[in-house]
This record gives sequence, C-alpha cells and structure tokens, in this order.
Amino acid sequence: MGLELYLDLMSQPCRAVYIFAKTNGIPFELRTVELLKGMMFPVFLGEPVPPETLAATLAELDRCLQLLEDKFLRNQAFLTGSHISVADLVAITELMHPVSAGCQIFESRPKLAAWRQRVEAAVGKDLFQEAHAVVLKAKDLPPADHAMREKMRPLMQVLLK
Amino acid sequence: MGLELYLDLLSQPSRAVYIFAKKNGIPFELRTVEVLKGQHLSKEFFQVNSLHRVPVLKDGDFILTESVAILIYLSIKYQTADYWYPPDLQARARVHEYLGWHADCIRGTFGVSLWTRVVAPLIGAQVPEEKVKRNRAIMDQALQQLEDKFLGDRAFLTGQQLTLADLMALEELMQPVALGYDLFEGRPRLAAWRGRVEAFLGAELCQEAHSPILSILEQAAKKTLPVPPPEAYPNMLLRIAKIP
Repeated sequence: MGLELYLDLMSQPCRAVYIFAKTNGIPFELRTVELLKGMMFPVFLGEPVPPETLAATLAELDRCLQLLEDKFLRNQAFLTGSHISVADLVAITELMHPVSAGCQIFESRPKLAAWRQRVEAAVGKDLFQEAHAVVLKAKDLPPADHAMREKMRPLMQVLLK
Repeated sequence: MGLELYLDLLSQPSRAVYIFAKKNGIPFELRTVEVLKGQHLSKEFFQVNSLHRVPVLKDGDFILTESVAILIYLSIKYQTADYWYPPDLQARARVHEYLGWHADCIRGTFGVSLWTRVVAPLIGAQVPEEKVKRNRAIMDQALQQLEDKFLGDRAFLTGQQLTLADLMALEELMQPVALGYDLFEGRPRLAAWRGRVEAFLGAELCQEAHSPILSILEQAAKKTLPVPPPEAYPNMLLRIAKIP
C-alpha cells in the first residue's frame, strides 16, 4: 500500500495538505473522511448566534487579519518572503473558511487580496478551486435533522461561549 | 552583540527555551521581560516583538518569535545532540506531529490557571467558576490523549529518546502544577515520564527554571507580586475574556 491521506476538504488543514500533495505531484490515495456535514452552525442548527458573540468573533477575526498583514505579509510577495511556502498554504486555507461563511475578508483588504491571487496562481487556479469546492458550497447545505442537532448542542455551547 | 533571549520564566514556552539553551551550554544574554509588570507592552519591547509576546530570540539583526521556531533554530545553529530534533525523517515528523497537536490542545488550555488564580484577582477581574471547571475538564481530556496517544508505553513522547516535544510538554504541564493542580497525581505513567525528563535535564536546572512559577501562589498570598500598571489591564482583560 502506497501513501494514503485521510482528509475532509471541509477542514482547513486538510485542504493545505491536499493542495500541497497535488501541486507537487505526490502520488496518494485519497481517503475521504466526513467529519461534520457543514460548518454553518447557525443555519445548520436552525438557531441564530447571539449578536454579541458574532460581533466579538468578527472583531477578533479582524484583529488577526491586521496582524497577518502587518507582521507577516508586510511588503513581501508571500508570508515568509518572495517565494511561496507551506506557511502560505496553511494560512490561505484557514482564511478561506470565513469566506465560505460569507465573510468577504478580502474585499476591504487589497494587500491580502493580492497575496491570495499570488498563492492561487502559484498552486494553480484549478487546483485551488477544486480544493475549496466542498467548503464553498457549505452555505447551501440544508439544516440538520433533529437527532444531529441534539448531538451537536453541547459542542455548540462550548464553541460559542 | 551576541545571542539575546527575551524571556519571562513565568511563561511556559520561555522556560522551554531557557532550559534548552542552558542545558546545551548555548551562550546568551538573558533579557527578562516581566509580563506581570506589563513590560511586554512597552514601546521598547514593541521594537523587538510587535505581538507583545515572549519568548523572542535576537541573533544580531535576526529577530525570531515563537518558541518552537526558536528551539529548532538553536538546535540547528548550535548543532545540539541529534536526539533533540532527530535527523531521521520519521522521527523528526513525530516531533512535529506532537508539536502540532500541542499547539492546538495544550497551549492556551494549560496556561489558563495563572490567569484565573493570580492575574484576575490581581487586577480585580471576575472569572465565572464555570470557566474554571470547564478548563479543568478540557485539561483532563488532553492529558488522557497525551498519555494514550503520545506517551503510550514509551519512555518519551515520540519514542525511546527525549526530544523537543518532551521539553515543551513538561513546561506546559508544570504550569497548572504550580498553580495548585497536581495533575501528575493519579497518573503514574505521566509521573514516571516527568521523572525521566527532569532527571535528563538535571534537577538543578529544573529547579532554577521552575522556581519563579512554583513560588507564584506564595507570592500572591503574601501580596509581594508586582501590581500590573493600568496600561496593561486591557491586554490582560482581553486574555481573561478569551477563556472559554
């Protein structure tokens, strides 16, 4: 048995590994693992997130993006210099997560948007779209059934605190 | 100017860097940054690390943050013994496997009790008991995974030899111990592992590195801790608010 990669393309780190293997032509058997059907918790559970929690989360996201721009990207082409590295893969796959949730984080940040274009070009636009197809469709998933919702409730309480 | 290490021995990753440098006889200038005094928020320190965090390494003009990056840099630059960061591909991958999980499941969680038991009372912040209980439950779960997946019946976390993984893990686990939760009690496998790591590092070095954090509760009781300056409050309150 050759190399096997157990991945769920809904997961940010899984996408980073997937893109890395594919862009470098590393032969592997994909073993798809579906962790949770959909990361869109409010829609999924049919319950709204308290506005204060949402506001705090978005503020924190904003702060992190600012740090990413100011400390790591600065005036470089990529996060650690003039060439793409695994750091850019790990970062871009994380940032695509809020995008898939409808947060247009690149819209108001031209520096980050330009970096994203460079990363996409470096790995290949087709591969990038392919890796993100699953998570970008997450918004359109139907809400969970009652049994799934009950199972996820305790997890939600911790995550949303 | 030679190698400078900006550290606060109250900080778990700072201790890992300190112990590593000392154990390997790496010459450095210690630049103490006292987080309780808000020194990490000073304008001077901002020039060293705009993220206001320790540890930081300064090697001439090269400034490096993040304890894992610092440990790896030191191990390669000073050509420390192979076992710390093994050259064998799979052995090295195991170290990174542990450190990746550590970043998600140990970091953050094991440091909470310093904030709830010492910093919050010092600045008059309230932490709901529910959060303290939740933190304990999360730590217990992580310790179970640490024992079962990473330690198993091996001598050290990634195999039969000590690596950077063991050093990082020990310093995190010492934090709740210092803050009153003896997590080694009732966990003989982990206690035995701790014994092996400390014996390897040397009792004297461990004592030196651990003494500030081990005496923190006593200092708090005697009211001999520095009082954080008001400008440190927002940063500290934010950290406390982030406790799940």
